[in-house]
Amino acid sequence: MELLAFGDTGWGDELFYATLMTIAVSITAMFIGFLFALIFTPLKLSKNKFLNFIANSYTTIIRGVPELLVIYLFFFGGTGAVMFVASIFGYNEYIEINAFITGAFAIGIISGAYSTEVFRGAIQSIDKGQFEAANVLGFNKFGKFFKIILPQTLRLAIPNLSNVWQITLKDTSLISVTGLVEIMRQSYIAAGSTRDPLLFYSFAAVLYLLLTFVSMKLINRLEVKFSRGY
Amino acid sequence: MDLELMINSLPKLLNAAVITLKLLSVSLIIGLFIGLFFAILRLNKNILINRFAYGYSYVFRGTPLLVQIFIIYFGLGQIEYLRSTVLWVILKEPYWCAIIAFALNTGAYTSEILRSAFQTIKPGIIEAGKSLGISNKVIFYKIQIPIAIRQSLPAYGNEIILMMKGTSLASTVTIMDLTGVAKYIISTTFKPIEVFIVAGGIYLFMTFIIHNVIKFLEKKYSFN
Repeated sequence: MELLAFGDTGWGDELFYATLMTIAVSITAMFIGFLFALIFTPLKLSKNKFLNFIANSYTTIIRGVPELLVIYLFFFGGTGAVMFVASIFGYNEYIEINAFITGAFAIGIISGAYSTEVFRGAIQSIDKGQFEAANVLGFNKFGKFFKIILPQTLRLAIPNLSNVWQITLKDTSLISVTGLVEIMRQSYIAAGSTRDPLLFYSFAAVLYLLLTFVSMKLINRLEVKFSRGY
Repeated sequence: MDLELMINSLPKLLNAAVITLKLLSVSLIIGLFIGLFFAILRLNKNILINRFAYGYSYVFRGTPLLVQIFIIYFGLGQIEYLRSTVLWVILKEPYWCAIIAFALNTGAYTSEILRSAFQTIKPGIIEAGKSLGISNKVIFYKIQIPIAIRQSLPAYGNEIILMMKGTSLASTVTIMDLTGVAKYIISTTFKPIEVFIVAGGIYLFMTFIIHNVIKFLEKKYSFN
């Protein structure tokens, strides 16, 4: 038990900071995922076949290829891609990208594919009459989207988004292969130096369970908030 | 684009894909039995049994698969007692450790899928069986299970695809599956995009096949 103590003798504080790191990466990735969903959901719903094709390729490829492979692509290819872009602007020095950014971006792209599907489903299940009613009442495009469509979309999307959040949270454990010190990586280091893998990986499992449990409670509250009036 | 590398790595990656498929099929078969077992426990009225089954599925669905593999592969080897038992023959092999972790993981999801399928069976169907004088056992095996399997096909198809992606984690415990070989080629050639296209293409092809097989089964076993 003293192995889990805080301070110099134990790994408690290291694991605490690692947990904060996991939370930070998850939230950043989820946010990046929303940005991707913001771009690709309209493309999915568009009547243009070509735009449809782009959005469908994105969600199909990302959801059909293992997360680990995507992370390897970013881990090994990220630096090269950034340096290529920089060289266009005349910057030829070596650029090293932070593991946090690489990881959050890789997980964010994966999470974005799932979010896109969730938002598409939610918007499609809103009654056509709502759009028509908004038009009849003279709402402009912005008003229609923010006052009428978005609140209803969120109500329908939140239960599924909570699944996406769970997937994202668990996927961040894979970033440990890139060396970012989150729960999994810290447990790996601790297990290696104390030769007690059973304790540390079990503790990591408990930390993840705690994170999923607490976030579920918070999301349930959100769900209640957004479905008031129903 | 290095086309030569893509063509040269294709046979290696296809060979590795066979290992991925082996991992997938063995863990799905074991996982299906585990899932069915725990789904039946979930339907039990005894609160303790019920809680136990729920706890199992909660823990395995709430933690990352990577943690589960590491606990089984690195963690269990630490227990001295286990090393002296017959189980050690299995547990010292990374291949079997990965399969145990995958099977337990997919078992948890499968139990949830089957449970909800059992619960959506209309009571009238079971009552009809009873009034025809069919024994409870026969009702379960001949009526409830076939209907539950049909109900759970779409969700189970998704689970198969998720599990296929999950098998990529076997590469973290030294198994050279499709992702493992892809990573090896990437780290020796530093051509991530080319290798990603080939390996990702193989994964997508497998997803495509699974998706269509499930669709075909759904059509075949549809009620109308």
